Amino acid sequence: MATHPGRLTDRTAAVRVRGLHRSFSRAGGVLNGLDLDIAPGEFVALIGRSGSGKSTLLRALAGLDRDVAGHGAVDVPDKVSVVFQDSRLLPWKRVLDNVTFGLRDKDAAQRGQVALAEVGLEGREKAWPHELSGGEQQRAALARSLVRDPELLLADEPFGALDALTRIRMHVLLRKLCEAHQPAVLLVTHDVDEAIVLADRVIVLDDGVVARDLRVDLDRRSQADPEFAALRAQLLAELGVEDDSAPAPRHAHTRYDRKAAS
Amino acid sequence: MTTIEATRPRLPSAEPADDRVVRRRLGPGRRIRFGYAVGPVALLALWVVGSATGLIDPRTLSEPWTVVATAGGLIESGRLQESLATSAVRAVLGLLIGVAAGTVLAIVSGLSRLGESFIDGPVQIKRSIPNLALIPLLILWFGIGEEMKVITIALGVFVPIYIHTHNGLRSIEGKYAELAETAGVSRGEFVRHVVLPGAMPGFLLGLRFAVTGALLALVVVEQINSTSGIGHMITLASNYGQTDVIVVGLVVYAILGLVADGSVRLIERKALSWRRTLAG
Ligand SMILES: Nc1ncnc2c1ncn2[C@@H]1O[C@H](COP(=O)(O)OP(=O)(O)O)[C@@H](O)[C@H]1O
Ligand SMILES: [Mg+2]
Repeated sequence: MATHPGRLTDRTAAVRVRGLHRSFSRAGGVLNGLDLDIAPGEFVALIGRSGSGKSTLLRALAGLDRDVAGHGAVDVPDKVSVVFQDSRLLPWKRVLDNVTFGLRDKDAAQRGQVALAEVGLEGREKAWPHELSGGEQQRAALARSLVRDPELLLADEPFGALDALTRIRMHVLLRKLCEAHQPAVLLVTHDVDEAIVLADRVIVLDDGVVARDLRVDLDRRSQADPEFAALRAQLLAELGVEDDSAPAPRHAHTRYDRKAAS
Repeated sequence: MTTIEATRPRLPSAEPADDRVVRRRLGPGRRIRFGYAVGPVALLALWVVGSATGLIDPRTLSEPWTVVATAGGLIESGRLQESLATSAVRAVLGLLIGVAAGTVLAIVSGLSRLGESFIDGPVQIKRSIPNLALIPLLILWFGIGEEMKVITIALGVFVPIYIHTHNGLRSIEGKYAELAETAGVSRGEFVRHVVLPGAMPGFLLGLRFAVTGALLALVVVEQINSTSGIGHMITLASNYGQTDVIVVGLVVYAILGLVADGSVRLIERKALSWRRTLAG
């Protein structure tokens, strides 16, 4: 919903980035002529080493980088929602008012309640943000982003600060929500498993460009699946990490469970 | 009685075992009921005891009962109410004008760089001139009437309001501005939903200083060139050596101060209930 310089005229792509350059110093650019297309409703996960420019790209798409030097073309839809790593709830507003923050429609409160119910926070409308757990705060942030019916959802390591179990619950919830609302999604993550579990496409950012662009065509998104392990090993190798656990071991702590979130 | 209590066999169902390891508390702990009244009541008790035992000479400080009797007389004649009303109107007017001016200036200077360039410097300079030093000039400009008095009070009020609101506003984290930008809110909505509530803790702190400052300025302007108000009543009593009337005046000032500070604290507790702090 932020204002952006570019507007998409053709609706075959939700996001179109061409030749994007961004740099913070004279020494070298963070993004060096990056191209990226995301189709409407497509779920793209963006991985890359720490400092590779993932957040820089996301902020460019969110229209939050007005002070950063660079050039290139960015086209995004009108309605863009952003989920940050911290839930970024306004501490002086109750949960429902946070969810409907900036909505001007008459039925905003009602829609906010529906959104809160969708993320499993019914009954917490009147709570203060500090009364929620970390996972609940992040769910409220998800409700806030989805109540705006975004055409594009940008998320920068939204589950990075959560514990492993909560994160699995959030994965299930996010997939469910994305199936219901069908926004295009760009999810930044440092977790390769998270990327494979959630995304239709995984892209790897390196040297300021998209170094790899892989479609995830798995029937079952389970780590027990040898294809999953192969993809995982491939992506880890791309990030410069040896994956010696390649032929599908089962770690209890990374097992993916598709039970509904609560 | 207590021994019977202690030796009575415990009913296991009535009292479930409650063995816990409790850490030593480092915060101040739970609020004491009417805790704010303990100090003033102790001082009052000291005064009563001191006067009753003769430790306090009535010529130095009148006995509490004399003061009460004098207050009764002043109320009967209507002088106390009249003076109090005059003083309260001055204080409230000055406070309102000062708070409004300080808040508006703080917001303009906090939200726009241009505003900051124009406003912040002069306010900082004004801050280093003691308010009371301006009174001679204000008398020349506005005379010795109500106008001068209210303006002096307002000047004493607006500085702390400005300083603390501006500071509170500037310490709002930039990430909330970013959130507001992505949520697509207008500048007005941003001020209403992010800036004002975010600066509220600073504003309320400023308000507490402002209330004290207003009272201080009130006392000073009422004791120079005044023909009405509590301060005038005190000055008159001083000329006739009426300690009891002076004490009544001081007590009224104290009550005004306590009521004002108490109201600000009450507002603070209501307005900042979203915060989780040591204050509880
Ligand atoms: N505001 C900034 N000022 C200066 N340098 C920055 C700023 N933001 C990011 N950078 C630099 O740009 C590079 C990419 O940062 P970022 O996009 O945050 O990486 P990632 O999100 O992939 O970890 C890093 O080297 C970082 O130091
Ligand atoms: Mg980052």
